[in-house]
Amino acid sequence: MDTMRDRFAPVVSRLLDEDPRVAVVLAEIGTANFTEAQARHPDRVINVGIREQLLVSAGAGLALTGMRPVLHTFASFLVERPFEQVKLDLGHQDVGAVLVSAAASFDWPAGGFTHMAPGDVALLDTLDGWTVHVPGHPDEAETLLRHAVAAGDDKVYVRLSTQSNTEGLAVDGARFLTLREGRDGVVIAVGPMLDAVLAATEGLDVTVLYATTVRPFDTAGLRRATEAAGTDVVLVEPYLAGTSTAAVNDALAEVPHRVLGLGVGRRELRKYGEVDEHIAAHGLDARTLRERIRGFVGAGHLSSYVRT
Amino acid sequence: MTTTAAQSRTAHSHPYDYAELPRLMGLMTGDEKHGPAATSTLDVLWVLYDRVLRVGPERTSDPGRDRFLLSKGHGPMAYYAVLAAKGFLPVEWLPGFGSYDSPLGHHPDRVLVPGAEIGSGSLGHGLPIAVGTALGLRAQGLDGPAVWVLVGDAELDEGSNHEAIAFAGPAGLDRLHAVVVDNSSASHARPGGIAARFEAAGWSTVTVDGRDHAALYSAFTAPHSGRPHVVVARVEPKDD
Repeated sequence: MDTMRDRFAPVVSRLLDEDPRVAVVLAEIGTANFTEAQARHPDRVINVGIREQLLVSAGAGLALTGMRPVLHTFASFLVERPFEQVKLDLGHQDVGAVLVSAAASFDWPAGGFTHMAPGDVALLDTLDGWTVHVPGHPDEAETLLRHAVAAGDDKVYVRLSTQSNTEGLAVDGARFLTLREGRDGVVIAVGPMLDAVLAATEGLDVTVLYATTVRPFDTAGLRRATEAAGTDVVLVEPYLAGTSTAAVNDALAEVPHRVLGLGVGRRELRKYGEVDEHIAAHGLDARTLRERIRGFVGAGHLSSYVRT
Repeated sequence: MTTTAAQSRTAHSHPYDYAELPRLMGLMTGDEKHGPAATSTLDVLWVLYDRVLRVGPERTSDPGRDRFLLSKGHGPMAYYAVLAAKGFLPVEWLPGFGSYDSPLGHHPDRVLVPGAEIGSGSLGHGLPIAVGTALGLRAQGLDGPAVWVLVGDAELDEGSNHEAIAFAGPAGLDRLHAVVVDNSSASHARPGGIAARFEAAGWSTVTVDGRDHAALYSAFTAPHSGRPHVVVARVEPKDD
């Protein structure tokens, strides 16, 4: 199967053909896939070289002239390295851009920690006004990329990963999908975590929500789900554990609730190897997830019994 | 906001000239005498706004206007004074400088200041943004507007500038113009080092006396076919 990133250049190349506002800015990474588009639109496919501060600032300058810049590189060099440019040149200047990252939390484990960005979404959470899409399948990536570019002058982050679910679902760029309904809690699977969550919750009486747009957080969707499933909530995120815990707490501020935030651990593993080995090391494989989810929603019964 | 600015211009019977800038700055600082640090950018700004930039309060959203980006946002009194003198903002705003409800902060905010193309304060952002602005104008076939960015000599310490300088030359961004106000404030610098950095990246360079209006005008309008252009404007060291 192709990857989300395989869809990125073809989709954006078509958008370049369709919309004269669109410009792509790259910092060497990914340029080979834009050769044809660059020949057609030499002034709107821009490679600034290995200069990630300039990548973001130049995107801001393009936006100041009324264009819709799409900026792309690995997550660690798109959000972390030039973070002040993201904060000031986009946020403070009050202009928009679409940031499309690759490599995610550990797509290239043999590349080591320098190419891992489990903290990208948490960092963006310190800023105002960002939409964050986390597709779980190449088809969803294509849909969400189109949503992102079409979103006026919004600031949008699209987090592409080689981790993927087997099937793409009909995502709408805003709301969570309800995939299963139960009475013992709500499990929110974010993007590529869905297959593992579905396997982990097989036979459990829990509601499974599927989230591919995590900012803004679908507060209404979560509240609705808790009406039947109760307010024990488990988040399973493909980036730093607990990134959306505050969003869940805010959504359920008016009711007693419990939240378990699962995801990538903070501790640097200093391991290489394969993606599956890192999934297991962070406890995100289906078997471990099942244990952690059962342990949590089981304890939830007790606490709700005590409360009533 | 526009109405207020227009009324202010009407109330003032003649256009402000250069000699009135110290008084306008005094409305912000409480003193009509200003040291070299506060006025280091004053002559550069005046010559640009008075004779070079094709901008005006009536065309702040005109796609064909020149763009002036103040990157060195520290000590913006000279900038606000020039903007007020040229009718972008009402003179009545100046005394509120830095107060809670004033649009005029100690670093400018483009969202609040009419005519300010960028907000600045953190050093090293204006030149890279200006590169993107030049790219954006070029991509839209707008080859008329010039893009200008003012940086300080010590601001060039920030590495982000060098990403922009190194890219703009080879990219042939000939609508991009930088003016470096050099008041010898960088702790580590070599004589001639500023122009050399730009020149090595393929820029056209001129170094002039930053107080000499005729020399500044000549440097600002020098032809620089196919290359971005930098003017190094030397003024008195800020500690004098």
